[in-house]
Amino acid sequence: MNLQKLVFIFILPVLSTAMLLALLRLVRGPSLPDRVVALDLMATLVIGIVSAYAVATGQSAYLDVAITLALIAFLGTVAFAYYIQRGESK
Amino acid sequence: MNGIIFLLMLIGAFFMFVAAIGILRMPDLFMRVSAATKASTLGASSLLLAAAVYFNDYGITSRIVAIIAFIVMTAPVAAHMLGRAAYISQVPLWEGTVCDDLKGRYDVAGRILKNPEQAAEAEGKDDVAPAAEDPAQEK
Repeated sequence: MNLQKLVFIFILPVLSTAMLLALLRLVRGPSLPDRVVALDLMATLVIGIVSAYAVATGQSAYLDVAITLALIAFLGTVAFAYYIQRGESK
Repeated sequence: MNGIIFLLMLIGAFFMFVAAIGILRMPDLFMRVSAATKASTLGASSLLLAAAVYFNDYGITSRIVAIIAFIVMTAPVAAHMLGRAAYISQVPLWEGTVCDDLKGRYDVAGRILKNPEQAAEAEGKDDVAPAAEDPAQEK
């Protein structure tokens, strides 16, 4: 059993289950910051999934997705934090 | 070599899973931020490191080191900004919280991230003394 099959059998299902749990918090979250935290965690999870998938397929080009997603996720979280801090009404 | 890669990926997947369980099970927004940020930073770094060991190439390794450095630098900043914004918008704390050191230190009603003395100074009232250290902080 080679590494690629092991990644497909063990690593990616665990990461997908973690993604489902974060999605549950995104749906259930009582307040807006809870949902933003869930989105931030999902972005980091996608970085992990992309790097595991790059190992599983042997394509190093997938890592560019990880770079872009790390940049975009930080900007999105900061923008949401600014929006929450300023408040809805004014 | 495959063993090292698989071990790193197992560590990464484990910490990612711990972060997801933490964000689902923790009773409070601030605990969720804490659990999700730290564990997911370690998990993503470990998974990316596994990819670096697997590809074994200078360009890819430097790219991955750049991603890891960026995540390690920005994840605490984002979590801190989000926690501060949540505190100022009065997200309720867990009912079992024993200590809230920021209580009364921010102008929560005006949504300004300054303590009352700084807000008064900003409005031109200079007669307010600067904030003394809270003696209750020292245990």
